Amino acid sequence: MAKGRIVVDESLCKGCELCTTVCPKDLIAMDKGRFTPKGYHPAELVDPEEACTGCAICALICPEAAISIYRWVPAAKAVGVAS
Amino acid sequence: MAEEKLVESLIYAKPESLYPVGTHYCPGCTHGVAHRLIAEVIDELGVREETIGVAPVGCAVFAYNYFNMDFAEAAHGRAPAMATGIKRVSPDKIVFTYQGDGDLASIGMAEIIHAAARGENITVIFINNANYGMTGGQMAPTTLPGQKTTSSPLGRDVEMHGFPIRVAELLSQLDGAVYVVRRSLHSVANIRKAKKAIRQAFEVQQQGLGFSMVELLSSCPINWGLPPVEALQWIEDHMLPAYPLGDYKVHPAIAKKPTR
Repeated sequence: MAKGRIVVDESLCKGCELCTTVCPKDLIAMDKGRFTPKGYHPAELVDPEEACTGCAICALICPEAAISIYRWVPAAKAVGVAS
Repeated sequence: MAEEKLVESLIYAKPESLYPVGTHYCPGCTHGVAHRLIAEVIDELGVREETIGVAPVGCAVFAYNYFNMDFAEAAHGRAPAMATGIKRVSPDKIVFTYQGDGDLASIGMAEIIHAAARGENITVIFINNANYGMTGGQMAPTTLPGQKTTSSPLGRDVEMHGFPIRVAELLSQLDGAVYVVRRSLHSVANIRKAKKAIRQAFEVQQQGLGFSMVELLSSCPINWGLPPVEALQWIEDHMLPAYPLGDYKVHPAIAKKPTR
């Protein structure tokens, strides 16, 4: 099971591809088959082997703050960081 | 060993200090990264309700539409003067300006130098992208020698146009400035360092030590004519040698905790 996952807000993503260059496991790709409401190809998580660790490096470089990070943690350590 | 129960936890989302709206910045522009770092720092310090920002003229002219806090819009280059007034009237507020290089280093050079010389207790976030982004990539005071812009199509000729201004080094000479550093936004490691510096700058203001400025080397993919990924590489290849990163002035009260 994947340790984490990312969610790209496609209303914010502008397809700059910076996140695809920093992912340590190279799991982010641009979806060339779709357009966002702004007309860009959105970034998406391609993780068939469930390798994403939720390290948040993609969120750190995203200029649009379009990426949210989820991580599976022990129930005792779970803290709601944001809504 | 028993299976530990795991729950899915949201560990990172857009900071509360940013409105949940899209920006007008070009794809891959690191203005967005700078906005997010400032917002994260303000969230972490818990001072959103006490913070007043001053927006510049330039690409960041609409910063007040993105930061979820009180904001004022200054005339071109006059953000430090406006911040001076706000801070003196409301000394209990956190006041910061967000300025580009055309705004701060050209038309606003007098304001920034005198605000620093007076030791105004404000924080300045200075975005250095080596051109005038908003108006179409003209030559700025920070444009590198030989760099082609729309107003220097043959490259900046130092015989005719002079030399670039290194703002962090310049302001560090003033006694009123207590925290002056340069960071870059071209890689993940440097973004982390930039955030620490921004946090330090706000803490300097909270402690009432004086003027603080963080210069951030930033990309301008559209006006440089480069894809966003190559623009970050251009910062590393061309801007870092001309604008060395580092701490140019750190007040002794905080020098024991280096941010690098």
